Amino acid sequence: MRVVSTLVMAALMSLTVMSATASAQNEQFIPILSYRTGPYAANGVPFANGFVDYLQLVNARDGGVNGVKITFEECETSYATDRGVECYERLKGKGPTGASMFHPVSTGITFALTEKVPVDKIPLLTVGYGRSDTRDGAAFRWNFPLISTHWTAAAVAVEYLGQQVGGKQNLKGKKIVLVYLDAPAGKEPIPVFEKLAQSLGYEFTGIPVTAPGLEQKAQWLKIRQMRPDYVVLWGYGGMNPAAIQEAAAVGFPRDKLIGYAWSGAEPDVIPAGDLAKNYKSLMLQHGAEHDQVHDDILKHVYGKGLGRGSEGGVGQVLYNRGMLSAMLGVEAIRTAQTKYGNKPLTGEQVRWGAEHMELTAARLKELGVPTMMRPLKVTCADHEGARLGRVQQWDGAHWKVISDWIEADDAVLQPMVKESAAAYAGSKGIAPVDCSKAD
Amino acid sequence: MGFFIEVLIGGLLSGVLYSLVALGFVVIFKASGVLNFAQGSMVLLAGLAFVRAQAFLGETFPFWISVAGGLAFAVAIMVIVAWLVEKFVLTRLINQSSLSLFMATIGLAFVIDELSQIAFGSEVYAVKIGIPREPIIVLTGLFDGGVLLNSVDLWAAIIAACLVLILVVFFQKTGTGLALRAVADDHAAAQSVGIPIPWTWLIIWSVAGLIALAAAVLWGTKVGIQYSIVFLAMKALPVLILGGFTSIPGAIVGGLLIGAGEKLAEVFIGSMIGGGIEYWFAYVVALIFLMIWPQGLFGERLIERI
Repeated sequence: MRVVSTLVMAALMSLTVMSATASAQNEQFIPILSYRTGPYAANGVPFANGFVDYLQLVNARDGGVNGVKITFEECETSYATDRGVECYERLKGKGPTGASMFHPVSTGITFALTEKVPVDKIPLLTVGYGRSDTRDGAAFRWNFPLISTHWTAAAVAVEYLGQQVGGKQNLKGKKIVLVYLDAPAGKEPIPVFEKLAQSLGYEFTGIPVTAPGLEQKAQWLKIRQMRPDYVVLWGYGGMNPAAIQEAAAVGFPRDKLIGYAWSGAEPDVIPAGDLAKNYKSLMLQHGAEHDQVHDDILKHVYGKGLGRGSEGGVGQVLYNRGMLSAMLGVEAIRTAQTKYGNKPLTGEQVRWGAEHMELTAARLKELGVPTMMRPLKVTCADHEGARLGRVQQWDGAHWKVISDWIEADDAVLQPMVKESAAAYAGSKGIAPVDCSKAD
Repeated sequence: MGFFIEVLIGGLLSGVLYSLVALGFVVIFKASGVLNFAQGSMVLLAGLAFVRAQAFLGETFPFWISVAGGLAFAVAIMVIVAWLVEKFVLTRLINQSSLSLFMATIGLAFVIDELSQIAFGSEVYAVKIGIPREPIIVLTGLFDGGVLLNSVDLWAAIIAACLVLILVVFFQKTGTGLALRAVADDHAAAQSVGIPIPWTWLIIWSVAGLIALAAAVLWGTKVGIQYSIVFLAMKALPVLILGGFTSIPGAIVGGLLIGAGEKLAEVFIGSMIGGGIEYWFAYVVALIFLMIWPQGLFGERLIERI
C-alpha cells in the first residue's frame, strides 16, 4: 500500500513539475529598468507604475499576448548609466527566450546600450528619448525611438512658437533661449534649434545647467539680462520646478516658458505651487488624459489588488507615458507573433515586430487609447513612426491641452537624421541595410 | 555694472545657504573631530519630516499651526536620529581614529537617505512657510532694469545670521559650549575631567540636526524637498575647504566667497567656455585658497611636537 501511495505521489509531483515547466516555457520576459530611488525618483516612480500596471493588465484581462503570459522583473538604475548597463547585463538572458526588449528610460543609458544591443540581438525601445538619429533604421537596426525624438520635439517646439507669433516667418529677429540639462538628453535638441535658427532667422542661445540642476540662479539672471521672447526648458527631475521658480524669481512670464515633454508632468509643476500657473509644455502625443484603458486598469489591475501604485496616480502624465511605452512593447510582440507564431519570441523576432508595427486609428481604439495617440507606422527606414506633438498648459491644478496636433517639419529633420546616422555608421564600420530589400 | 552687482548679490545670497549647511558640518567637526558625511542626508531627512508632517496637519489645522507642528515633528525626528547615532554608532567608536568615524558617517548617509525616502516618500514636495517669493527690484534709478533681489534668499540670509549668532553664543558663552570644545580638543582628556562624551555628542548632533532643518526649509522653499537636495548640500565641501573645518565665521565667509565666486564665474566666464561651470568652479576657488592658506581661511593652525 505504501509503495502504491509513493508511486501516486511521485506521479503527481512529476505532473506538477512538468506543468510548471510547460507554463514557464510559455512566457515572454520583459525587463524593466526603473528608477524608484535617487535624484529622479519623483519622475521614475509614476513611469514605472504605468509600465508595470499595463503588463499586469495584459495578463489579467487578456491572459497574456495571444496566450503567452508576460513575465517581468524590475531593476533599479537610479537613472545612473553605469547601473543601467549592469541591469541590462543581469536581465538580458532571463526568461525562456531571453529579454524581449529593453526600455532604458534614460538617454544616457540608451547611448551606452546602443552598441551592445546589436551584439545581443535585443531591440531597444526609447519612447520619446534616446539618440535622435536612431530613427534611421537602416543604420540603427536595433533602436526604436518611437513616437518622438528630441529632434522631433525641438522641431515641434519651433512650430508652436511660430504659431504664437502668427507664422514661422515672424520668428525672424526673436530671441529664443534653451535652458538645458548639461547631459546627453539636454544636449540632443541643440542641433535642431541651431539649424532652424539659420533658416528662420531667430536668435538662439543655449544655456546649460549642471545636473541635478537645482541651482539655476546664474542662468536666470543671465536670461533676465538677455530679455528673450521665449525660453524653452529641456530639463528633467528637480531641475524643472527649480527652473519655473527661478523664472518667477526674475519675473519671466510663465506662459513664455515652454518645457519639452519630459519637463511637463505633475512632479515638474506641483512643487513650484502657484508660480507654475500658466507654464506650458510639449506633450509626447499624450498628456494626462483618461481613456478607456484606464478604466480597464482600475477594474482588472487595481480591482484585483495588483496595482503597483495608488489609484490616484493612474492617468497622470508620466504614468501614461510608462503605460504607453509598455503598450508599444506589447504591440511589437503581438506584431512579431503574426510572423513567428503565438509563442515566446526571441529579441531578434521582436525586433522584426517593432519594425513592422502599425497602429491604425481602429487599433488604437481597440487598445483603449483613441484620444492619447495618433496612428503610428514603423518601417525599416523610419523607426520613429510618427512626428506629432501637442502643447499643454498648467492651470494651477491640472494640465489643459491648448493646441491642436502639431507636426514636425521633416524636410529639416530627415536630412539631419540621414547625415548623422551615416556618420555614425561610418565611424563604427556599420553597413546600412537597403530598406527596399529588407524583410 | 548693474548686472554685475545683481549677480554678485545673488551669489552672496546663495552663499548664505551654502554657509548654513557648512555650519552643520562645522559644529560636529568642532565638537567631535568627525567630518560628518551624512550632513546632506540629514538635510533631506529633516526636510521630508517637516514637509510631510506639515501637509498632514494642514488638512485639519490652520496654516501657522501646521507649520509649527511640522517644525516640532522634524525637530523631534532629528533629536531621535541624534540619539540613535550616538547610541549605536559613535559610542562604539570612542577613541577610534577620525577615519573610522568618517567611514561610519558615510554608511550613515546611505542609511538615512534610503530610510527617509521609505518613511516619507521620494517625490518632490513643495515647502510653504509664508515667505514672500515675489522678486524685489532696487536701484531702478541707477541702472536700466534695476537690480533684482530674491526675497527667499533675503529671508534665508536673515535667518542664517540669527542662527550664527545663537551658535557663537552657545559655543563661547555657555558651559555646554565649553564642554563641547573640550571634547573636540581631546576625547580622553575631556573624559578624565568628568565630561560625559555620549551626552556631548547627543547635544551636538541634535544641534547639527536643527541646522539641517533650517537649511532644508529655506532651500526647500526655493527648489522643493527632494532627494537631489543631498547633492546641493555637498556644496558645503568647498566652503569647508575654504573656510576651515572648525570655524563658524569661516563657514559664513567661505559660503559667501564660494557663492559669489561660482555665480560670477558662471555668468562672466562660463559663456566663454560653454557654460555649466559653477559646480566645479567652486572647487577651483577652494583649491586656490588652499594653496595659499592650507588650513583654510579661518582654520586652526596646528603645531604638533614630534
